[in-house]
Amino acid sequence: MTGPATQIILRGTEEACRPWTRRTLTREDWTALVAALPAQPALALVALWADTAQAHALFMDEASGDILPVSTAIVDGGYPALSPVRPAAAWLERMVRDLWGHTAQGGTDDRPWLDHGRWPHTHPNAIRPGPMGPPPEPPEFLPVTGEDLHQVAVGPIHAGIIEPGHFRFTAQGETVVRLEIRLGYTHKGTLSLMRSKSPRAAARFAARLSGDSTVAHAIAFARATEAALAVEAPARANGLRGVMAEIERIANHLGDVGAICNDASFAFALARFGFHREAMLRAANAAFGHRLMMDAVVPGGVAGDIAPGGAEAILAAIAGVEAELPELTRVYENYSSLTDRVVGTGAISRTLADRFAAGGYVGRAAGRTGDARLHPGYAPYPDLVVVVPSLAEGDVDARVRIRLAEITESIRLLRILLEDLPAGALSVVLPMLSGEGIGCAEGFRGDIWHWLRLDNGQIASVFMRDPSWAQWPLLEAAIEGNIIADFPICNKSFNCSYSGVDL
Amino acid sequence: MVWRRVFRTLTEGPATERAAPIADAATQALVAQLDAAAQVRLGRSLSIRHLDAGSCNGCELEIHALNNIVYDLERFGLRFVASPRHADVLLVTGPLSRNLREALVQTWQATPDPKWVVAMGDCAVDGGVFKGSYAIDGTGTGGIAAGVPVDLKIPGCPPAPAAILIALRTLIEANVGGRDG
Ligand code: SF4
Repeated sequence: MTGPATQIILRGTEEACRPWTRRTLTREDWTALVAALPAQPALALVALWADTAQAHALFMDEASGDILPVSTAIVDGGYPALSPVRPAAAWLERMVRDLWGHTAQGGTDDRPWLDHGRWPHTHPNAIRPGPMGPPPEPPEFLPVTGEDLHQVAVGPIHAGIIEPGHFRFTAQGETVVRLEIRLGYTHKGTLSLMRSKSPRAAARFAARLSGDSTVAHAIAFARATEAALAVEAPARANGLRGVMAEIERIANHLGDVGAICNDASFAFALARFGFHREAMLRAANAAFGHRLMMDAVVPGGVAGDIAPGGAEAILAAIAGVEAELPELTRVYENYSSLTDRVVGTGAISRTLADRFAAGGYVGRAAGRTGDARLHPGYAPYPDLVVVVPSLAEGDVDARVRIRLAEITESIRLLRILLEDLPAGALSVVLPMLSGEGIGCAEGFRGDIWHWLRLDNGQIASVFMRDPSWAQWPLLEAAIEGNIIADFPICNKSFNCSYSGVDL
Repeated sequence: MVWRRVFRTLTEGPATERAAPIADAATQALVAQLDAAAQVRLGRSLSIRHLDAGSCNGCELEIHALNNIVYDLERFGLRFVASPRHADVLLVTGPLSRNLREALVQTWQATPDPKWVVAMGDCAVDGGVFKGSYAIDGTGTGGIAAGVPVDLKIPGCPPAPAAILIALRTLIEANVGGRDG
């Protein structure tokens, strides 16, 4: 039985978009869709973006599995807002307004987001960008009422080796009453730089949206291009993409677990997990010529084959991880001072995680089970049985345990991928055609979705959705009721990308 | 369990790699560049403050690696500090994002003299792939030099930890070299 909102979407006029047909709704139907969404909570909002003429949204029906891109024309400079019924839309609507100038009519928040009043012009992605805005005012933060509250402002320059962001805490004594995050500091105008470039040239930007997920973003971008052009990457290329993606997942999880323990000043774990991360990066360098495997995945396939000795280097590195991981896990579990810091800290509920359709370890530590490798699924994973861990506590400890379980699973997948690596071509030639495509990949942090429209082989319009869009807002909720001193460990357990959402 | 690992480290030796030699030519080149007065007072240790001026966070991953037990930059007298007020060196990554330009300049002003600014990664050197974007300050040669004077540039996307380490150690050698020179 299709839900009420899905039925409205299916009424839209079909647009050629692969692999999931996009539908354009009239303004009335889009308004009806907004009204119907509360009655179908399982229809999750995955992404919201725009081009110069339309607003676009990507929904996934978590009951049926349907993936539904939907659009509506911009009328009177805007479109009916989704944020009143889908909270995850709030930041995305502010991003759309800052970049394209389209207003989310009836939206919950119309403050600027990426535009800090520093760009030479406003609405840089619009057909006619506006003149530079007024001189920047101090940003407006959400008011908080209550007695003897005080505000703590942190960043954008803060103590660690970390990306810049501003964290405005309102606290009562030590306990955080509200946290509001302000990002946008690493905005580089990536989407507009990608316009009118060939997919191969634009892929360098996708690979640099968030350096820690360079392989996953490159895969999603490549798959969106291949879908738009109705071509398939060769089997060997898909196998190598799987190898790189799982190396990236393991390396990031190792780094994160070490860093989370370090935020509880447990240096032993940082040293040992950091050692194994270094081993993984050296294996990646031996196999693919770059420690982070940047630019190794390209639209149409992969840039180069796995180097001689590369597979052996990878197998040796994961053997080292596998040998010490049980002992490190026991150490993690047996130090009561560490357990005291991670258990019960920064907890989020399943309902909240569901409202934002949070993916990755953030969602799976709170009871969700989604993984893009399973659904919608993409090569080389369909013939591999990917085991997805899930826990219910939703706290820092659960996010650590999900990572530890995913390291073990990715080691298993890597061995199969390396053993069954198909022979054959590394890439296909991309035809210079027009078309529209959506690509998806499971990054270490969660599901990544890219959409692009090609015009005679050049990028006409593009959007890249990092999983952090659905996770940052949950960090604001997770810290409530915790002490400010627990923010670093909470923040590290989320490890959201700043550059990934700053675009 | 922890002690078993510590004991093995005592018997088998640490996992830290031997330090690569510093090319003398690089040192002399840097000595010529550095302000003579600055060299005398800093001695063999340098406090580093990292600053992300718009990075994609790839460079940050390799700065984290510098602190791991294989590179262990602290054995060279190099250490990361929490505040620019305690720093001798500003290690800056990323193309100069306009949204962060003011914070970069204020951080530079907060760093006491003598100080060095190291532009790490192609983005910090000249804007990298983001050259020409409305969102970054590309004046002059671009990169962070559009906001603050740069003393040392480390190319790469991202530069590998070994390359970053050699560049920072060269800064120490140049500093000490200046005094004996
Ligand atoms: S140099 Fe490369 S890795 Fe470093 S911030 Fe720029 S794009 Fe990212």
